[in-house]
Amino acid sequence: MNRYPLWKNITVLIAVVLGLLYTIPNFFGEAPAVQVASVKSTHKVDAKLMAQVQDALKAASVVPQGIVLDLNSIRVRLADTDTQLKAKDVIEKALNPVVAEATYSVALNLVSNSPNWLTGIHALPMYLGLDLRGGVHFLLQVDMKGALTKRLDSISADLRSLMRDKNIRHGGIGREGQSVAIRFREADTREKARVALADNQPDLLLVDAQEGPDLKLVATLKPEAQKRIQEFAVKQNITTLHNRINELGVAEPVIQQQGADRIVVQLPGVQDTAKAKDILGRTATLEVRMVDDEASANPGIMEQAARGQPPPGTEYYVERGGRGLLVKKQVVLTGERLTDAQPGFDNQTHEAAVHLSLDSAGARIFKDVTRESVGKRMAILLIEKGKGEVVTAPVIRTEIGGGRVQISGRMSTMEANDVALLLRAGSLAAPMEIIEERTIGPSLGADNIAKGFNSTLWGFAAIATFMMAYYLLFGLVSVVALSANMLLLVALLSLLQATLTLPGIAAIALALGMAIDSNVLINERVREELRNGSTPQAAITAGYERAWATILDSNVTTLIVGIALLIFGSGPIRGFAVVHCLGILTSLFSSVVLSRAVVNLIYGRRRKLEALSIGQIWKPGLATK
Amino acid sequence: MEFFRIRKDIPFMRHALVFNVISLLTFLMAVFFLANRGLHFSIEFTGGTLLEVNYAQAPDLEKLRKQMEADGFTDTQIQNFGSSRDVLIRVPLSKDAETSKVGDRVMASLARVGAGGTADGAAAIAAPTLKRVEFVGPQVGKELASDGAMALLLVVCGIVLYLAMRFEWRFAISAIIANLHDVVIILGFFALFQWEFSLPVLAAVLAVLGYSVNESVVVFDRVRETFKKKRGLTTPQVLDHAITSTISRTIITHGCTQMMVTSMLIFGGPALHYFALALTIGICFGIYSSVLVASPLVMWMGVSREQFIQVKVEKQEAVV
Repeated sequence: MNRYPLWKNITVLIAVVLGLLYTIPNFFGEAPAVQVASVKSTHKVDAKLMAQVQDALKAASVVPQGIVLDLNSIRVRLADTDTQLKAKDVIEKALNPVVAEATYSVALNLVSNSPNWLTGIHALPMYLGLDLRGGVHFLLQVDMKGALTKRLDSISADLRSLMRDKNIRHGGIGREGQSVAIRFREADTREKARVALADNQPDLLLVDAQEGPDLKLVATLKPEAQKRIQEFAVKQNITTLHNRINELGVAEPVIQQQGADRIVVQLPGVQDTAKAKDILGRTATLEVRMVDDEASANPGIMEQAARGQPPPGTEYYVERGGRGLLVKKQVVLTGERLTDAQPGFDNQTHEAAVHLSLDSAGARIFKDVTRESVGKRMAILLIEKGKGEVVTAPVIRTEIGGGRVQISGRMSTMEANDVALLLRAGSLAAPMEIIEERTIGPSLGADNIAKGFNSTLWGFAAIATFMMAYYLLFGLVSVVALSANMLLLVALLSLLQATLTLPGIAAIALALGMAIDSNVLINERVREELRNGSTPQAAITAGYERAWATILDSNVTTLIVGIALLIFGSGPIRGFAVVHCLGILTSLFSSVVLSRAVVNLIYGRRRKLEALSIGQIWKPGLATK
Repeated sequence: MEFFRIRKDIPFMRHALVFNVISLLTFLMAVFFLANRGLHFSIEFTGGTLLEVNYAQAPDLEKLRKQMEADGFTDTQIQNFGSSRDVLIRVPLSKDAETSKVGDRVMASLARVGAGGTADGAAAIAAPTLKRVEFVGPQVGKELASDGAMALLLVVCGIVLYLAMRFEWRFAISAIIANLHDVVIILGFFALFQWEFSLPVLAAVLAVLGYSVNESVVVFDRVRETFKKKRGLTTPQVLDHAITSTISRTIITHGCTQMMVTSMLIFGGPALHYFALALTIGICFGIYSSVLVASPLVMWMGVSREQFIQVKVEKQEAVV
């Protein structure tokens, strides 16, 4: 008898139900929506903002179909594209009163129409690649040599001040290619310098050299230090890119590291490559300046300054919290002197704080300035696109030496995190170059989906027709198995949120075309067993069992191809490989386990089974019917 | 319905030599075309810029070419893509520092064609809308080529190892020879007709490699089974029996896969065209080579019954 144990039937049932559940979201389609995200990491998206958005919409009598607040954005779902545009304008006006100083990005987006309970179990539609939804793709190469050169330049500045501190006379310090050379007159001073360097600059590898009468000490970066600098450069560039792209108002940007020195940026829906490129390549800088406390305390001057007439030599800024202040134009320090910024806590008050590390030249300047200005305020500004923003303006309490600076006072832990991030991410650590660019128009994306879908549909229809005509009921079972295969494959892709590309759709079609092989193998085997005189029940058992070994072998070889493509493929090929591999796994399950379950359900319980509906079986020697 | 009503095993092995000579000739021709004409690589491999633009009315390509040349683009290829209103423009890499801005410059140049379109009495052509831009720097192209070669190598090694483990080294070697020659033949076609060899085509070629090996595996599986079950058959007879009893499955499976691929060829549009074409060639030659080339190779390498029943012999000795 061909009967599955209960657990096997239940497994099949559960697999199909789960498959259905996770495939469904793909059929609900998408609704127009407006997505609100924060541009500046100092402003959070929270319930308060959501209330603000709701109020604004109510005031303009726009009725949203739903507002969702997630980790870092608010999504307002709307009935149609007209109200979507209207809602966008309304929200934009409410949140960003001054266009030039936008705090929030308000972008048009699409949200899945699937009901909330489906979203609750993470049943989301497949994630479409850029070739299907349109958008821009950039591959950026980080100039590692540039990062090292930049670092060596700042090291040579450090060395100069170190030599001065230690009273070591040298004949010049300069960067020569990927090393820093220090010249000396006497061997004694060189020895002294070597000791001083070994203590203060553990990252440097020192080698003696001679050039004419001059003695030289050549310093290069140790390999591990180089590696650290390079890793840091890529990380910082990614953070910076994140901040910048937020401004573009892109709904779901992808910014990822690829390999050791590359960054992938994908901006779905963006068509204006020129603007995108401009923003990616822009630099932001950090500046430390002194606050003009006297003028800032004078309400008359402040009033004038707010109207755009600040006293000469100063600039008017609005601090976070809304208070205005006048900042001197003279720059004390720039962001180039900043080596790191980390969030932390004040040792004494246990308040949240940001710890800054300055390089030694910066530390010296900072020490001098703070000694002279105890009790005064100092402003830390972020300058971008020629516009500055006061990140914080703390009061200087004591002279600060050693290059370790702490910013604290009235900050929450979250704010401290954000400020640290902002300071770190102010500028690019190393120059970048675009080495690959792809722009796909939205109509082409929709076109590609339709083409991929049609190919799969008609191919499937052709196979289904043939199978049912040739193998009758067993053919129908094969078609059921093939449909289940498709269902499970789409469900898996949706569940994993793997990126679906056009080659990915082609891989789905191909997977179906190849998966039918297993069913053909089984059906042919069953026929053969019947031809050799087995009883129908025995033929089913033997057919499935004998075919299994072959199916396994042939699928493993196909899987090897899939894995090779997965390892060495990039971009569109990866999408192909992922679907190819998953398709093999689902086809093993559906064509063997699932189709057997269906066959067992149909024939398994009949004791006196006379014949199987598997098409005509021709036996040699007998006259053909 | 039953398509294949075969009374006796078909004596494929009697004609083994003929099959292999045909195969060898096709292979040599493919190699000849590859060496002579080379592959027409897509910009993914060569680097460069590719634009796909859409016009409201079919433009005169010759005019576009002239304008592009006047604007300092040399060696550009301009052709229709899919329909007469869609135009594909390929600009090779230049030593120009600003290679990543080529796309913008081409669009500006195309807009100028529209403006001056009335000079010889023809109607003005509206500037096209941009459908797609791809820019690939020189670094990426080189890597793709080496990654592609590595993927091919990994596939070959993986398949040989697996087959050697599951079957016998003779099967592994002959399967991979038979199927690698399919790959060369597909490439030969691409070289002969100068079809564009892009990344999806590479994926298709590798998929075909796995697919035809899969074919050989089914036959070999039967060979092993026949060796174990039936005594007194010579090796060619065993091979004939194995091929004959799997031939109906082979044709039906390939037919089904080809139905899907044909559907892609018809409905998939230009983006999937060469992908589907590579698969079609691969499937056709896959049947031939994995059945009619791999099996004779196994025979000539001296496969025999003893290689599959050694385990049993040892057991008997232990009992005695």
